[in-house]
Amino acid sequence: MTATLKWRTWLLYLGVAAVVAYCLAPFYWMLVSSLRRTSDIFDTSLLPAPVSFENYRAVFSPSQGFGRALLNSLIVAGTTTVLALLLATFTAYAMARLEFRFKRLILTLIIATSMFPVVSILVPLLKLFTDIGWINTYQAMIVPSMSFVLPLAVWNLTTFFRQMPDELEQAAMIDGCTRGQAFRKIIIPLAAPGIFTTAIIIFIAAWNEFLIALSMTNRPSIQTAPVAISKFAGASQFDTPFGSQMAAGVLVTIPLVIMVLLFQRRIVAGLTAGAAK
Amino acid sequence: MATRTPPETAADRPPGPASGRAGRPPAPEKARRGRKSATAGTGRMAALLVSPTLLVLTVVVLYPTIMALRESLYGTKGLDPKTGFISDTEPFVGLQNYTDIFGEAGERFWNAFWNTTFFTVVTVGLETVIGVAMALIMHKAFSGRALIRASILIPWAVPTAISGLLWRWIFNSDGIANALIGHQILWTTEGFHAKVAVIIAEVWKTAPFIGLLVLAGLQVIPREVYEAARMDGASPLRQFWHITLPLVKPALLVAVLFRCLDALRMFDLPYLLVGAQKSSVETLSMLAQNEASNVRFGPAAAYAVALFVYVLLIALGFVRLLGADVVGDAGGPGRKKRRWASKRNRVEVPA
Repeated sequence: MTATLKWRTWLLYLGVAAVVAYCLAPFYWMLVSSLRRTSDIFDTSLLPAPVSFENYRAVFSPSQGFGRALLNSLIVAGTTTVLALLLATFTAYAMARLEFRFKRLILTLIIATSMFPVVSILVPLLKLFTDIGWINTYQAMIVPSMSFVLPLAVWNLTTFFRQMPDELEQAAMIDGCTRGQAFRKIIIPLAAPGIFTTAIIIFIAAWNEFLIALSMTNRPSIQTAPVAISKFAGASQFDTPFGSQMAAGVLVTIPLVIMVLLFQRRIVAGLTAGAAK
Repeated sequence: MATRTPPETAADRPPGPASGRAGRPPAPEKARRGRKSATAGTGRMAALLVSPTLLVLTVVVLYPTIMALRESLYGTKGLDPKTGFISDTEPFVGLQNYTDIFGEAGERFWNAFWNTTFFTVVTVGLETVIGVAMALIMHKAFSGRALIRASILIPWAVPTAISGLLWRWIFNSDGIANALIGHQILWTTEGFHAKVAVIIAEVWKTAPFIGLLVLAGLQVIPREVYEAARMDGASPLRQFWHITLPLVKPALLVAVLFRCLDALRMFDLPYLLVGAQKSSVETLSMLAQNEASNVRFGPAAAYAVALFVYVLLIALGFVRLLGADVVGDAGGPGRKKRRWASKRNRVEVPA
């Protein structure tokens, strides 16, 4: 009996190790490759022999314009997140707390929107933005991103608002608050963790966006980081600068990894909010 | 794009006492006097709160969709074959962009269509198997939960574009993949191995996500069910087939639906891992984007509309399969609500 139990525990540890290795191995490879010298970039040892920051220096050389790309990404993803949160908080509150006609229909439509293939809204928007001179602007990337982050935010926040006890607000209203005041003074502070979780998830989604950012820009100075990295130029036409691509990839991913490590519990709660019931 | 949360709870939660005001039946006599004005006020407030979101979605989703439908009826600028004049505007061609799909020019479309379908079926199938296995391991693991939770989120957090480049590096001719298998395969060139490379990269990124959602489903299964099964002498395998799987099925199906819809619009990964205009990995999204970037807006819009219809059909198929569980408005909840209300009335009448 104890022998099988021990055997099982070992098997479980093995399984855990396998899951962790599965998830982290490619990411680890990106990290290791980014720390190699250009001369031994094709080395396949598990540790970079002399650790070198050559690739990181190359990424930040002025010719690549990577710093600017990071800033662009931050502006686009940040603005998208703030706008989506602002609109979605109001909508989600109405969805969770108020009773009105067509509520289910509206919620269904909003959620259905997020199933949309982005490319099908891209063509007309590309044409429209060309006509009004929005190509190579931040708003040309922010506005289309709303199509997938807004439904996500409304959905997530609705779930969070529903989890809050209704009595608190009613007590506040009995004490003389209007509904608006109750919302501002009671609900918003209480929902702060939920809003924060939603913000992280939206920010990651917006930060990772590629198709819109690729199509709406053709000037390097306005490109977001993923697009800029994909266009890194090597020494010759047939030479892909894998070293600096990996270094830049690490730099783009690190903020997200830090967020994931800090707020893993909340992110998991946000991601699985709808699935578990 | 793997971040979407399935729309089950909020949309489908049958309104009941536990879900707050939503399902409360009209209060009897006492409250009825003030109700009319309260409802009007609530309605106005709801309209005020909901309209900004609806306005934005109209501008970024509804308007482009209608325009895409219109656009798909127009041809490309250039030489008009009938008149021989060069036109500055796009000629109206009716359904020609669509009928072209079924003609000789449709070869590229059908290739992209089958690639998209193939990727969706294979990746979602593999992801489901690996994801469920991961969820089972995580569910059993007591130590190192935080470590697993953190590592399982990493593939999800790495931007797809970056993971495309990362896998391009791994699958490079002198890369680690070839070093590991001790065999030179030119993964990122045209051919079946390019498909395999895309599938491996996609499954790496998204299987943990399915694992996460299934784990959430596993955690709500009461422990007693398993204890009872163990007492009846059910083997672990039987327990899995007859208890675990049926009970996580709703969570799993929602996860699979969302993964399917995501896989159908796959773009970044094949675009960066293998490249644009590579017929062995070109998906419908890549095809439409490529046409649009070559200013052939009409065909691009037609392909995008075709993809949209495809996604819609798959989504509807799932909704039928799942009943009203996925999308809350399919009629089921309404019936439940009425049933609940009438039950409530029945209780109240004798009282």
